[in-house]
Amino acid sequence: MDHFEPTLLWAIALLPLIGFVINGTLSLVRARRSQAHLLATNPAPVRPADAHGHAVDAHGHAVDAHGHTVDAQAHHPAAGSTLIPTIVGPGVVILAFIIALINFFGMFGADLHDPIVETYWQWMPVGSLSVDAAFQLDQLSMLMTLIITGVGSLIHVFSIGYMREDPGYARYFAYMNLFVFFMLVLVLGSGYALMFVGWEGVGLCSYLLIGFWFKDREKADAGKKAFIVNRIGDFGFLIGMFLIFSNLGALDFVTVMAAAPSTFAFGGGVVTAITLFLFLGAAGKSAQIPLYVWLPDAMAGPTPVSALIHAATMVTAGVYLVARSSVLFALAPISSITVAGIGALTALFAATIALVQNDIKKVLAYSTISQLGYMFVGVGVGAYAAGVFHLMTHAFFKALLFLGSGAVIHAMHHAYHATHNPADAQDMRNMGGLRRYMPKTFWTMWIGTLAIAGVWPLAGFFSKDEIIWQTAARAVGPFEPWFRVFWIMAFAAALMTAFYMTRLMIMTFHGQNRTGAEERKHLHEVSPVMWVPLVILAVLSIVGGWINVPAPIANMPILGWLPSSEWLHHWLHPVIEQADYVFAANVGDLAHATPVGGGEAFWAAVSFLFATAVIALTAYVIMKRRYAPADESEPLRGFGRVLYHKWYVDEVYDAVIVRPIMGLSRGLWRFVDQGLIDGTVNGIGYAARAFGWVGSRLQTGQLNTYAFATVLGALLLLALVVLGGN
Amino acid sequence: MPVDLSSPADYALVMLPEIVLSAWAMFILLLDVFQKGSRSEPSSSSMPWLTLGGVVLAVIANAWIAGLQETGPAGMIAVDGFRIFVNFVFLLAAGMFVLISTRYIDEENLRLGELYVLILFATVGMMVFAGARDLMVMFIGLELMSLPIYVLTGINRRDRRGAEGALKYFLLGAFSSAFFLFGIALAYGGAGSTNLQEIALAIGVDGIGASTLLVVATALLAVGFGFKVAAVPFHMWTPDAYEGAPAPVTAFMAAGIKAAAFAGFIRVFFTAFPDLYGTWDAIAIWLAIITMASANLIALVQGNVKRMLAYSSIAHAGYLLVALAAASVLGAASFLFYSVTYTLMTMGAFGVMMVVAQRGEERLDLDAYSGLAWRRPLLGVVMTIFLLSLAGFPFTGGFIGKVFILRAAVERGLVLLAVVLVMASLISYFYYLRVAWYMWFREPDERTSDPPALAPGMMVALVFAAVGVVLLGVLPGALLELAERSAAGMLQIPAGLTRFVP
Repeated sequence: MDHFEPTLLWAIALLPLIGFVINGTLSLVRARRSQAHLLATNPAPVRPADAHGHAVDAHGHAVDAHGHTVDAQAHHPAAGSTLIPTIVGPGVVILAFIIALINFFGMFGADLHDPIVETYWQWMPVGSLSVDAAFQLDQLSMLMTLIITGVGSLIHVFSIGYMREDPGYARYFAYMNLFVFFMLVLVLGSGYALMFVGWEGVGLCSYLLIGFWFKDREKADAGKKAFIVNRIGDFGFLIGMFLIFSNLGALDFVTVMAAAPSTFAFGGGVVTAITLFLFLGAAGKSAQIPLYVWLPDAMAGPTPVSALIHAATMVTAGVYLVARSSVLFALAPISSITVAGIGALTALFAATIALVQNDIKKVLAYSTISQLGYMFVGVGVGAYAAGVFHLMTHAFFKALLFLGSGAVIHAMHHAYHATHNPADAQDMRNMGGLRRYMPKTFWTMWIGTLAIAGVWPLAGFFSKDEIIWQTAARAVGPFEPWFRVFWIMAFAAALMTAFYMTRLMIMTFHGQNRTGAEERKHLHEVSPVMWVPLVILAVLSIVGGWINVPAPIANMPILGWLPSSEWLHHWLHPVIEQADYVFAANVGDLAHATPVGGGEAFWAAVSFLFATAVIALTAYVIMKRRYAPADESEPLRGFGRVLYHKWYVDEVYDAVIVRPIMGLSRGLWRFVDQGLIDGTVNGIGYAARAFGWVGSRLQTGQLNTYAFATVLGALLLLALVVLGGN
Repeated sequence: MPVDLSSPADYALVMLPEIVLSAWAMFILLLDVFQKGSRSEPSSSSMPWLTLGGVVLAVIANAWIAGLQETGPAGMIAVDGFRIFVNFVFLLAAGMFVLISTRYIDEENLRLGELYVLILFATVGMMVFAGARDLMVMFIGLELMSLPIYVLTGINRRDRRGAEGALKYFLLGAFSSAFFLFGIALAYGGAGSTNLQEIALAIGVDGIGASTLLVVATALLAVGFGFKVAAVPFHMWTPDAYEGAPAPVTAFMAAGIKAAAFAGFIRVFFTAFPDLYGTWDAIAIWLAIITMASANLIALVQGNVKRMLAYSSIAHAGYLLVALAAASVLGAASFLFYSVTYTLMTMGAFGVMMVVAQRGEERLDLDAYSGLAWRRPLLGVVMTIFLLSLAGFPFTGGFIGKVFILRAAVERGLVLLAVVLVMASLISYFYYLRVAWYMWFREPDERTSDPPALAPGMMVALVFAAVGVVLLGVLPGALLELAERSAAGMLQIPAGLTRFVP
């Protein structure tokens, strides 16, 4: 086979960074210029609401509900042309994708076994070793790079249409490019340290983009929530990383994976702790129980952001982390089963919530959480390739669904905006019958729906089925009964997926239109720059699964016209073969597994039939139901209400975690520090006290209290050394 | 170049940076008096640049003595890389002070010769304090750095907050100095010497071991140091003094004084009491935990940026206490590296805060930062860099610094401390990035007026600090190696060095 040398590997990551610099500079310069302009025309400080008063007056607070505040940050409107961001923003990502493709074809031709590591500079010297700024190109990072830049390109192009009228157009592309940069650093980084750089970076960009329309409070809070929850995840990542370093003395993947099997005992405490901490990080980033709460709120950002960051790429970073650390997880069966269990639970739990939501993006958000759960089931049971396979197909169809919903919201928003109607543009109860107005969106979204529901021969059928099957097939070892439970949970969640997605489609596109008589005239299909990416993603959602058709299905009578390929398995084999080896050496041969009866093909056929049946039944039931527009609807009762309120988890977290911590902080400040120290910091009533400050402040015992605290501290230290020392 | 500290000429050479700076300070003082005579008016506008010149001279002198090797008996002042390194940090803080303070001082009518003279003397005090190899010299350094700062805290006589903060700081400082002095007395009683190496030899070689006198001495010395580094619960003076002092002085206190106090803390505990580690480690560990936890939690609820930065500096004392608790070359090295980063990012953040606060420090609230990044991109970008670095974001100096403190802690087996540090710094993200959030995502309200254009000195200082923070995050290698070499230099007693002869 040919020798393979990566081509311009560094440029893949650098290009989006350049895009960020250009777009960022542009947005800052424009902000300044418009500021100067405003000051020149009106010497008094101008409130943005005045400048764009009509939007606020007409819509009132309801502008917020549209998820598309046109007047946001009006102090730097899109002065000048949008030409440069339009070219640079998507351009750099497309260029990066082309370079990634060149590398892919080079790698495809060569039979690459060992990863290629390109070192750029020594980042941190650590004793005799060093942590380098280096990229690692292997089959896994190659695949992730293709997904990020490929799907990323399509979403960037879609954004041209979606964000065209937004005053923060250049700023938007600046953030998006920065996100792609960090995401590429995350997957290309050659060790945990550089991966953490990307890990933090994508979190920051996510935070920036959730709060993109920062004017309203709710969205700022959503950003805050994502921020806090991700700190918990980062804590896990950091601790895991430090444990790796202190035990193996290295952080780069090649060394760690090579040294781990000989250093750690199978199932040992250290490796279990490491992997559990890493999984805590993964659960934070990939929105798994109990850290999933931020993702639904993250939908406050622009919809293409949801598609790119909160569906296709960033949220899959946790799955990537587990797959990347496959050797460590293979050595820690308790951690692996935890990963699979949390994944299965999340898949089922999030699916129940998605059943009753009315906000189109909320349904998709919970669907994403649920699908991420599947991926964790895959990597948790040791089927790393299956998990990554679903990651890939999910990137296609979920990006498609999000962009499709973005097109719908875009059209709805325009309709409501034209008539100054304050109704919610994202509420599916206000939609209905949209297929007449937006046929292309309608068709492509149905393809995405069938794909995610697992209908043969679309992408989701193969990837989801493989995870479900592997859960049964890998039932070996001490946790064998649990695999059956997970298998049933995954199966049940798959049926719910078919239900809620069909419900979404019917409520949005079928039946009578509920948008309003006047608004209806303004509904229309989106521009080509938006629907062409949808079509491309729809094609990928169909054929994406064909690269990995398992042999049993290929041999089936009707479903079998696709040839067996299992290409992705072979492709990823070099990355995960060591984990497989560890698994086989310690757990046993999979040939001895006791799967549920029937075999892979049988269950694939069953799940296909079930999915189809659920879709047909749901379509039949929901079509008959008459939905009222949102403001005329009755609230849900009974258990539906519990589901609608997401099992009240947010409320519980608030009461159990958030309030106590804030209370503690305030208490420490008020009663310990402020109580002892000062009352002057406010400056209020300051003059009154000013006269007698020597008299009153020093003689009321304040200084005495300080001194007393110092003495107490001294006594504490004395006690520590005298009592604790010997 | 070999030096023999039994020769007065060599002693003078070793003390060259301190001597140069003291002489320069006196020169400025006299110059100011001759210029003004008995008139009551602001000093010459060349005063800041003269001061900066003195700092540069001291930097040159410090670089000059960097290669010296001790040969004779150990003196009262250290000749090692650690001292050279921290001297550079103090001079960096002094230089940054001059650059960021020019406009502030003009606006508040504080252009007084004595202000600059006091800063230079405080810097000399810091250098003596951190470089002393004898507890008595160290005490001189302590007072020499503290007294000017007490005065500087209250130098704005029209500001009562400043006067109150100064008096509290002074009274409590005197109180803690008493603890420190008592600690010195007990150490002398226990080991028969105030020389750090003599104490170490008495404990280790002569086999006094953990005598009660010495153990109590470490605790009392720790109270004195804890006060100066503002560790909880000895931090009580900090919010008052930091908030009352003029902002540039606060920046200098938060960066320079703290670095000096830590340098002394580390030198004393690492070189005089290494064999008592088993008793004083509890002090460092518990002070670190309490400080990190409470300072970060309290900072979380601050709406005033100056006070938030005050608590931030307390929190950073907690992180540096982790380096102290590690008690190793790596611990000392991570302190050295962190002190550079910390000086740059803290003084930078205070600089931006001063610009935003405007005349009279009116706007210290978060709302003043609303939309700042869009109105003043340079301020927004550099402030974001400082905040990210303070929080410990990757590719900033703050991240590398924390990673190396963590590494020192983990190598010492202080896993709990490492976990607390990670949690504390994750909490800190919240209050640091809240400021960034206001800068980038908030609409300015009608009270918000644009800060004036940056003074040239301020611009230079901010850009320098921001570039430095990023460089230290991306290419920290050279400085990390220098820090490790310097730290190792402090902990190795050079071959051929005989025991101290009084």
